[in-house]
Amino acid sequence: MRRGIPDGGDELGATREEGVPVDELKQLEAAARAGQLSRREVLKRAAALGLSAPVIASLLAACARPQATPTTAPAAQTPAPTTPAPAASPTPAAAASPTPAAGKRGEGGLVKLLWWQAPTILNPHLAQGTKDFDASRIVMEPLADVNDAGELVPILAAEIPSVENGGVAKDAKSVTWKLKRNVKWSDGTPFTSKDVKFTYEYVINEATTATTMGNYQVIESIETPDDYTVVIKFKNPNPAWMNVFVGPYGMILPEHVLRDYVGEKARNAPFNLNPIGTGPYKVKEFRPGDVVVYEINENYREPDKPYFAQVEMKGGGDATTAARAVLQTGEVDYAWNLQVEATVLDQLEKAGVGVVEVIEGVNVERILINMTDPRKEVDGERSKLGVPHPWQSDLRVRQAYALACQRDVIANTLYGRAGKATSNILVAPERFVSKNTSWKFDLNEAAKLLDEAGWTKGPDGVRQKDGVRMEIVYQTSINPVRQKTQEIIKNAFEQLGIKVELKSIEASVFFSSDPGNPDTYAHFYTDIEMFTNGPSSTYPLDYMISWYGKEDNIAQKANNWAGNNIERWQNEEYDKLFEQAQTELDPKKQEELFIKMNDLVVNNVVVIPLVHRNSVSGRKKDLTGLELSRWTDETWNIANWRRSS
Amino acid sequence: MTQYLIRRILISIPTLIAISIVIFTILALAPGDPLAEFAMNPAVPPEVRQRIRKSMGLDDPIPVRYVKWASSMLRGDFGYSFRSKSPVIDLIRQRLPTTLYVIGTAYLVSVLIAIPVGVLSAIRQYSIFDNVATTLAFIGFSLPTFVTGILFILLFSVKLGWLPMIYRTTIETEGLAGLWEKIKQALMPIMVLGLFETAALTRYTRAAMLETIHQDYVRTARAKGLSERTVIIRHAMRNALIPVVTIVALSIPGIFTGAVITEQIFRVPGMGSLLISAIRDNDTPVIMAITIIFSALVVLFNLIADILYGVLDPRIKYE
Repeated sequence: MRRGIPDGGDELGATREEGVPVDELKQLEAAARAGQLSRREVLKRAAALGLSAPVIASLLAACARPQATPTTAPAAQTPAPTTPAPAASPTPAAAASPTPAAGKRGEGGLVKLLWWQAPTILNPHLAQGTKDFDASRIVMEPLADVNDAGELVPILAAEIPSVENGGVAKDAKSVTWKLKRNVKWSDGTPFTSKDVKFTYEYVINEATTATTMGNYQVIESIETPDDYTVVIKFKNPNPAWMNVFVGPYGMILPEHVLRDYVGEKARNAPFNLNPIGTGPYKVKEFRPGDVVVYEINENYREPDKPYFAQVEMKGGGDATTAARAVLQTGEVDYAWNLQVEATVLDQLEKAGVGVVEVIEGVNVERILINMTDPRKEVDGERSKLGVPHPWQSDLRVRQAYALACQRDVIANTLYGRAGKATSNILVAPERFVSKNTSWKFDLNEAAKLLDEAGWTKGPDGVRQKDGVRMEIVYQTSINPVRQKTQEIIKNAFEQLGIKVELKSIEASVFFSSDPGNPDTYAHFYTDIEMFTNGPSSTYPLDYMISWYGKEDNIAQKANNWAGNNIERWQNEEYDKLFEQAQTELDPKKQEELFIKMNDLVVNNVVVIPLVHRNSVSGRKKDLTGLELSRWTDETWNIANWRRSS
Repeated sequence: MTQYLIRRILISIPTLIAISIVIFTILALAPGDPLAEFAMNPAVPPEVRQRIRKSMGLDDPIPVRYVKWASSMLRGDFGYSFRSKSPVIDLIRQRLPTTLYVIGTAYLVSVLIAIPVGVLSAIRQYSIFDNVATTLAFIGFSLPTFVTGILFILLFSVKLGWLPMIYRTTIETEGLAGLWEKIKQALMPIMVLGLFETAALTRYTRAAMLETIHQDYVRTARAKGLSERTVIIRHAMRNALIPVVTIVALSIPGIFTGAVITEQIFRVPGMGSLLISAIRDNDTPVIMAITIIFSALVVLFNLIADILYGVLDPRIKYE
């Protein structure tokens, strides 16, 4: 799932597998990725190489991906309404996972997880961070979840709705979910469609102050014709129908437990610390900010699962010692989000106890360029819409900025295998990734553009025009990798004759939504700023809204800086594309729209994309069946986690 | 004496109120947001975050927030944590036993080691024992706990594999094996803290002892023909320990708030790690509760130290 900050990595953790000729493995992987080999073929060759199960699993995942690219078979991957739903190939997870014939429930004993940020609440709809979603997901379940290829996997749903099976209405104004029968909550009460409806009512109540509310505002009403059918009606045709009741933000709450805790009473519910779920485990003990111990939910619907009898999720500490505990001493089986310098990670991995797992992420580290003037105060606010930036409103200047960013150096030296240079702002899902953009580092060309724009070097080497000096402030949050990135960029900018003042702000301040603090990313009272972001949905409207130019979407005083558009960039063509994408149902057209939106933002240099970031975690060598996915919680498949001998 | 006590207790009330006002104001003025992580998550749009912020009362004027907090505080209600939505008092109750066990043991061990070592070093000034003790004390004193902590992890967990580097409160093994596991995991944090505390305390004891053994009354005691043992223990040590007792008494509140850095390194779920994560998450109710308890303990132990002074040194009289 999407995470905070950077570091460290490995393209395919498995390439370090001992005793296997790395070249052969790489070739095999490349072939698999390119889609030259079928899954069966990969399996055969991998077996010949004597690879272990996890390696084969990652190879299979690799061969699953190209199938999903738009050119070969767009339908296979898109969860959009008109496509044959992923349900057509039931649980791709199960197909790809090397899970051997069913074992016995609970025979695996204790599995220890280490999250260096500790979970503090186990109600996912009141979650305060990724850690809380991850910890809740072990107990709670959504109707469906999303695997790494972006395909929906039914969890509480009997099947994935599609236009073909009648689940998704032709106009995409409603979606009908069929639920699994004989599912019970861990206290023995049957799970029904009423619980789904209740979850909506719980979340949408403003007094509940659910963090997940954003996704549910598109719903007009929910009907439950019978106990196992849920009909969701949307206010408008909704190609992103899979944003509700799916993944981390879609876990279903039990009505019989929470009925009396809707609205302001929500925070007093004992459920928040001891949730009742339908998942493979229930909470045995929870100490907020320290540890959660889970034990098997005896009412879990699959009799031979889960494999582990107990799960312990310990929190706290820091990423480096977490990496050490899983890769070197083997004290834990799985460690989350190893933001550790690449060289340190490599060295720890050499101990041979654990393996670094890298999956491609959805996030892009980027520089935002302010279109408004952060120095001029008008009506009590700076960076005000309609007050153009003295030089950054000139496209040539922005192009010069982009040419001065050494993205490969930043990606290779600072992120290692945890990131690669990119020229796109939308890097996932693959069908929406533009192939039309490119980037280069060329200071001469940049200087020429600045000269053309009339910004020439003065006697002190700083460019100026009509007495205005090109001096910029470049802000970001405090984080060693970000500060090093700032240095690299500042260096190149100063060679160009742009004076750069660096500013770094404590993350909890920079990312706060405090309207009274001028140092937040949304106030954007500087010329450029840097952070990371990416889509949370496979239909990434919620992310592309960042450049939608309608006035109330622009972060400004009038809306307490709660708008999504931070750069204050307005472009009619973009707005039209965005509005069209809100209701577009044809997958081909959807692709065109998103790629065009990406290209507009990139070519107008509203944002300079720097690094496409991966997520890095560590597991003990014998832990298998993780099926990590960039779209959901790392714990989503925990019922299928196993220890291989 | 009773009058003195009453006066001191009465003075401590305005002191505590002043402390709470200062801390509360600093926290309220400090920028930050409990929901900052979601800024990078498009599924949680800015207006949702702002609504939650408001529901926590973060946008109210500072005096209003203080009065709200203080009035519930007077009713003995520490409020609810922003993060876990559970009563702050429950969080503290969960953390206290671990802190008392780990940090308390470390303090106890350091007192038990430091006093004899300090006294011996002073009596045999410049002997080999004194030199070794002094060197060790300086090492312990000058190495910060985050350095010794990591060194110990590298040595005992990584190289030798003897001790676990992660502290678990959920050990279920029964009988002696379980007990041993619980002791084993606490060894490193206790050693790290113990080393630091022992070092400081040894130096104090040694200095105080050196001062007293050259006093006239010690010489008189020797001249009377008392045994060396009696001279040291009854005459020199008793007087030398007066400042040491003060230092020990004043550091006891520290046991309750734990050791922030050491707890962080070994993932000991004590009060220190609760405080630091609360600060990081801008969880005001938790920060206020811990700091107020800490202030109250400091005031209390100051009083105790003062009273102990009178017991140890009859020259001091309270009126």
